[in-house]
Amino acid sequence: MRHLLSTRDLTRDQAIHILDVAEDMADVQTREVKKLPTLRGKTVVNLFFEDSTRTRISFEAAAKRLSADVITFSAKGSSVSKGESLKDTAQTLAAMGADGVVIRHHASGAPQVLAQSDWIDAGVVNAGDGTHEHPTQALLDAFTMRRRLHPGSSRGKDLDGVRVVIVGDILHSRVARSNLWLLRTLGAEVTFVAPATLVPFGVGSWPAAVSFDLDETLRSIRPDVLMMLRIQSERMNAAYFPNAREYARQWGLDDERLTALGPDSIVMHPGPMNRGLEISAAAADSAQSTVLEQVANGVSIRMAVLYLLLSGEREALA
Amino acid sequence: MTSSTHLLKGATLPSGAVADILVQDGRIMSAALGTSAPAGTTVVDAEGLVALPGLVDLHTHLREPGFEQSETVLTGTRAAAAGGFTAVFAMANTQPVADTAGVVEQVQALGRAAGYATVRPIGAVTVGLAGERLSEIGAMAQSRAGVRVFSDDGKCVHDSLLMRRALEYVKTFDGVIAQHAQDPRLTENAQMNEGALSSELGLKGWPAVAEESIIARDVLLAEHVGARLHICHLSTAGSVDVVRWAKARGVQVTAEATPHHLLLTEELIRSYDARYKVNPPLRRDEDVQALREGVADGTIDIIATDHAPHPRESKECEWDAAAFGMVGLESALPVVQTALVDTGLLDWAGVARVLSTAPARIGRLDDHSHSFEDGAPANITLVDPAASSSFALDRLHGRSTNTPYEGVTLSGSVRWTFHHGYPTLRDGVLAPAGDTAEGMR
Repeated sequence: MRHLLSTRDLTRDQAIHILDVAEDMADVQTREVKKLPTLRGKTVVNLFFEDSTRTRISFEAAAKRLSADVITFSAKGSSVSKGESLKDTAQTLAAMGADGVVIRHHASGAPQVLAQSDWIDAGVVNAGDGTHEHPTQALLDAFTMRRRLHPGSSRGKDLDGVRVVIVGDILHSRVARSNLWLLRTLGAEVTFVAPATLVPFGVGSWPAAVSFDLDETLRSIRPDVLMMLRIQSERMNAAYFPNAREYARQWGLDDERLTALGPDSIVMHPGPMNRGLEISAAAADSAQSTVLEQVANGVSIRMAVLYLLLSGEREALA
Repeated sequence: MTSSTHLLKGATLPSGAVADILVQDGRIMSAALGTSAPAGTTVVDAEGLVALPGLVDLHTHLREPGFEQSETVLTGTRAAAAGGFTAVFAMANTQPVADTAGVVEQVQALGRAAGYATVRPIGAVTVGLAGERLSEIGAMAQSRAGVRVFSDDGKCVHDSLLMRRALEYVKTFDGVIAQHAQDPRLTENAQMNEGALSSELGLKGWPAVAEESIIARDVLLAEHVGARLHICHLSTAGSVDVVRWAKARGVQVTAEATPHHLLLTEELIRSYDARYKVNPPLRRDEDVQALREGVADGTIDIIATDHAPHPRESKECEWDAAAFGMVGLESALPVVQTALVDTGLLDWAGVARVLSTAPARIGRLDDHSHSFEDGAPANITLVDPAASSSFALDRLHGRSTNTPYEGVTLSGSVRWTFHHGYPTLRDGVLAPAGDTAEGMR
C-alpha cells in the first residue's frame, strides 16, 4: 500500500488485513510499554489545512507509539494562510525529508492531487478531505463494530449481513461516504436516514438504502449498528432544515428511540457530539455507546495504517 | 516575405467539389479547376486537403489588457492562426473590463498590430461585469471597434429586468446579447456537474437547471421584446431542448456549444485533475450526445472555443482552488472532426457553417466574407482530414498550456491559414511575428 486515499478502492482482503494489523496494535496498547520501535528514524508530517484537534492528536499518538518523529504543520498561522500553494507546501516537506504525510484538507481530492503529483515522494494518508472521504474513520468504525460483534475473536472476520443505519448530514459527510464503501466491501448492509435536503444528489445509484423516517427505519431494519452524525450549525442557516428543535425531534437519537433500539444494538458517533441535538446524553453515555472505544481504536487503526505505509511492508498491499 | 499570390491546387471545397484556388491581393481571384497562375505564384499542393472558409471564433478570451501572464492579443491570435481561425471575438472580462469605447478600440488595435487574425472585441453588457447597470453600449457600437456582440461572459446577466433592458437596448445598434447562462444562487461555490459522481467525489454540484432555467427565461424575454439573443456554451441536454422549443416558436435565438462539451464527460474528474475544470462544467455522456444531435439538426448554430488560458499555478493545485477554463483554439477543428465529422453527424459544409459562416453572421462580421466566390476576401483554412495523432503540447502557440487533450488522439490537422490573403500558417508553421503585420499592410 503506497497511500491511503479512500476506502472505495480497498479490496476486502486489504481491508481485513488493515483491521487485523490494528488488532496487533491494540494488543500493544494493553502492555505496560506501549511503544514499538518499528518506524524509528521515519518522519511523519501531520499537514492540517483544517482544524481537527481530535484527528490530529490521534495520528500523533499513533506515529509516536511507532517511534516515528512527528511534525505538525498547521495551516492556521502558517505560510499557507499567506497564500502558499499546496505544491509549495508539499515541496517544502519533501525537502525536509518527510516519509509520510497525513493530510487533512477542506478541498475534496487534495490528498489524491498530492499523491499523484511529483512534488513529494512520501506516502499520503487522507485524514479527511472536504466532503469526500475520511478512510481511517471508517476503518476504526469497522474495527469497533467487529470487536463488539465478535468479542475476543474478531481477527479475520468481515461484517457480512450486519445492518448499519447512518443518520444525519449524509450530504456533507465524508464519514458517511467512507463508511458506505468500506461497509459494503465487508458485506454489511447500509441505510442512510436524513431529511431529503441532506441526502446526496443521485444517491439512488449508490449501494445504500435511503429513508427519511428514523422511527420507521428502527422498526423495520432493527439495526445492529446505529451511527449518528454530527449536525453542524451552519447547515441551519443554509435552509437545509428549519431549526435544531425540529431536527432533534425528527432525526435525533433521544431516550425513547434508544429504548426502541434494544440492548444488543450499538450506538456510534464519530465525535465531537452535539448532546441534545443529534444524540441525547443518555444515549451518548449508555452501555450501547461506543464513542470512547472509537477514540481508542482510532489510535490502533492509525498505527496499522502508518505501519503498512511506512515500514518494510510498504509494498505488500500494493 | 512570402509572395502575396498563392495557388491552392486541388483543394476540396466544403461542397465536395475540387478546385484550384487563386489568392491574390487579399482576394480569391478564381476557384475553378485548371486555374492558371501568374508568374511568381507560390503553389500549394492542396490535394487531399479540405478548404474551409476561414474559421471564426465567437468566444475567445485573449486576456489583454490585464492578464498578460495568461495570454496577450498577439499570443492568442497566433494560437488562433495555428488553429485555422481568421477572426476571433475577444471576450470582455479583461482588466479593465471592456465596457468603454477606449478599451474595445485598444483591443482591436492590438489585434491589427499583431496581424494574425481579425480581432473583434465583445463589449460588456454591464459596467465592470457587475450586473448592476448597463455599460456604454452605444459608444462601443459606434467606436472604431464597431462592437456588435455584448456579453458579461464569466458572469450571468441574472437580473431579469436588466436582461430585458439589455436585449431591447442593443436592438438600437443591431447588436446581440451573448448570455452566460448560470443562475448564481444555484451555483454558489459549485465545482462540477451535479449528479451521483459529484456526490461521490464530494465536489459541490452545479445543477443542469441552473443553466436551463436562465435560458428558458431569456428566450421568453427575447420573444417578448423581439430582440436577438445568443446563448453561450450550452452544456446540457435540457438546454438543447429549451432552445429547440424556442426556435420552433420563432424566437430569434442562436446557440453555441464548445468543442470540449462535445467530446469530454465528467468522468474525467475522478482524477481531480484541474485541467478538466471548466465553466460550464463537463457533463454526462447523455448531454454530450444531445449536444452533438443539436449541432447536427441545427438547434445549435455554432461551435465556439471558449479559449480560456490560465497560468500553470492556476491548475497545479487542489480542485476547489483551481481556475475554470481550457485553451481551445488549436484543438477546436480536430475535436469537431473527431466528434462530429468522423461520426457522420456533420459534413464539411456543416463544419464551414458552424465554425465560420454562422458565427460571422451572428457577430456581424461583414467584411470577412465566407464564400469561395471570385473577388471574395481570401480567408481560407486548409485542413488535412486524413491526419490523426496524439495531441501534444507542442501544438499550442498561446502563452498557456491548460489543454485537456494532451495525449488524446484527434483527427485532422490544420495546414494553412490565409487571413485576407496572407498566409499566417504555412504547412503547419506559423508566420514569424512582425511579418504578419507587415503582410497586412
